[in-house]
Amino acid sequence: MLTDAQKLAPTPGTHIQMTYLEALMQAQMEEMDRDERVVLMGEDISVYGGDKLIERFGRNRIWDTPISEGSFTGMGIGAAINGLRPIVDLEFASFAYLASDQIINQASKLRYMTGGQIDIPIVFRCCMFSTGSMAAQHADRPYPLFMNVPGLKIISPTSAADIKGLMKSAIRDGDPVLVFEEKRLWPLKGDVPTDPDHVIPIGKADVKREGKDVTLIAIAGAIRPTMEAVDALAKEGISVEVIDPRTLKPLDHEAFKTSVAKTGRLVIVENGHRVCNVGSEIVAVMAEEAFDLLKRPILRLSAPDIHVPFSPSLEKDFYPTKDHIVAAVRRLL
Amino acid sequence: MQLNGDQRLEAYRRMLRIRRFEEEGMRQFKGGKIPGPFHASMGQEAAIVGACLALRDDDAMTGTHRSHGHPIGKGAHLDALMAEVMGKEGGICKGRGGSMHLADNSVGIISESAIVGGGIPLATGCAFSARVRGVDQVTLCFFGDGAVNQGTFHESLNMASLWKLPVIYLCENNGYAITTSLAQSHGQPDIALRAAGYGMPGVTVDGQDVCAVYEAAAQAVRRARAGEGPTLIVANTYRFDEHSFGLVISGEPYRSVEEVEAHKRDRDPILLYRTVLLEEGINEESLGAVEDEVAEAVKQAVKFALASPMPRPETLPDYMFNSPLAGQYSSAAGLERN
Ligand SMILES: Cc1ncc(C[n+]2csc(CCOP(=O)(O)OP(=O)(O)O)c2C)c(N)n1
Repeated sequence: MLTDAQKLAPTPGTHIQMTYLEALMQAQMEEMDRDERVVLMGEDISVYGGDKLIERFGRNRIWDTPISEGSFTGMGIGAAINGLRPIVDLEFASFAYLASDQIINQASKLRYMTGGQIDIPIVFRCCMFSTGSMAAQHADRPYPLFMNVPGLKIISPTSAADIKGLMKSAIRDGDPVLVFEEKRLWPLKGDVPTDPDHVIPIGKADVKREGKDVTLIAIAGAIRPTMEAVDALAKEGISVEVIDPRTLKPLDHEAFKTSVAKTGRLVIVENGHRVCNVGSEIVAVMAEEAFDLLKRPILRLSAPDIHVPFSPSLEKDFYPTKDHIVAAVRRLL
Repeated sequence: MQLNGDQRLEAYRRMLRIRRFEEEGMRQFKGGKIPGPFHASMGQEAAIVGACLALRDDDAMTGTHRSHGHPIGKGAHLDALMAEVMGKEGGICKGRGGSMHLADNSVGIISESAIVGGGIPLATGCAFSARVRGVDQVTLCFFGDGAVNQGTFHESLNMASLWKLPVIYLCENNGYAITTSLAQSHGQPDIALRAAGYGMPGVTVDGQDVCAVYEAAAQAVRRARAGEGPTLIVANTYRFDEHSFGLVISGEPYRSVEEVEAHKRDRDPILLYRTVLLEEGINEESLGAVEDEVAEAVKQAVKFALASPMPRPETLPDYMFNSPLAGQYSSAAGLERN
């Protein structure tokens, strides 16, 4: 794994600049090259993925499915049990609800229910289209719902290097992994290691910015306004440490505690709805395991307990913004 | 394609193994040794065994909540099955699955789904894997008439037909979903007709005739292996007992005592097949030897199961993951409990 210093000063030749989306695609392609059991399935994916995918891997590895989320998800699970390593692309995270019976009742449970007789190495891609007037049926961020299900691993990385390394880990993992990627992060560029074995372990958080006054845990797309807020606060001399959990299940409790031991103050920012979200879980963990470290109450910023509206004027302030984050940090000082 | 010499007695043996396993299971259930519900397949043995015998050892299967017959039909050892229904450590699923989920992977069962219709996509995907990997393995998918009304049935049959997957959909049509009859729940009660809508053959067979089921299944297996795609087989059968043993259904009875008695008397697949075997010249002695052998195997299974310890509570998290995360979900880490 790369240290922060390595990330900030990449050695020439070992990294190249690419977007988050390119890194994600590259992870899939490299893993498909490496392991012929990896197949890709979902609606219209051969077209969205570019003809390159078919040219490179052929129709036997890239499957455009009918609009049958509940069942092609289950097909992927059956195929995983029987020797393949499918990546099931559900496209919109909101469609994971249709697939949820198979993900929850089958994929997450069958290894346990059979006493370990079978393995289910499968990846479900669920992209969060939080903004852009998609309206409520296309804009959900259902990761908290799946966090409440035992037997699933859940990742939601925010940088190009992280999505590549974690996606590779997910594909190589022997268990079901849900990937909550974020559409808003697709165009963001970053240095990505060219090493085809660049993998980041599932379950390890990353310190995206060191700081000493306040700890800020940012989830998925919330990293963007968070970084803007942190830059603005730095100009005022307020030093914020930013942690990206990268993996939502399991959460890296130690990383949170180490940071809060330093700062004594914690803000959690995410785009999920407020009730029972990642922030709720982190607050509970800190209350149980690290209450003594806290100098002030924890603050949570999230989307309200309201559906995502269509109109830009309503959507504009729906998720935590830079200003909300700056104000929250100030309140703790 | 007909059952050949050895298979003829084997069919009898396996049907009898299901029957005796469940009869004994019910005794143990009454004796308080089996927790949870117990869904018996008694009456449906020919539909199960006929289909299973058409498979090779390396072929795959999925089953349902009525799960005892499927592994036995495919040739599973009885000991670990009996231990599982008792929730024991020696159970086939280490006490994590129980009576509704007797999946024995050693005989090719990838799962038994107690979510009605839940196993249909899994079987389809299992066949999809064979297709992608270029092997000639076939998958047999069991489900009941009730499951036909799930969306997964429609979606899966469509995809299997579209991609000519080597899968056999076998409906154990016992006429009822708990208390709801076919007529009460199917706009088209002739289930085999649905196959036409997906562009695959739909075959109805007498599910009490093990030879008829075998022939239909063997034909479907041949098609599947030849790359000609899936087949829907509807085996008309009957469940002798209540939906679940011990289930008390109050209010209007949904089927008459006469109906049940008539089936037990005239349509018992094991009695019918025994008569056929005798007519075909297999003597009482050979049948008696099979009967003794089955009785012995069931006795042994109960002995094994009773002697097997209960799983230790500290093993609760075992089998959650193939690749556990550092320090999590292993018995060593203990339980997070406050
Ligand atoms: C999705 C789902 N809905 C309802 C149930 C409750 N349930 C269990 S078995 C059953 C009837 C199933 O009938 P059928 O598919 O014909 O199988 P049979 O019991 O006759 O073998 C029902 C409704 C369930 N387990 N899963």
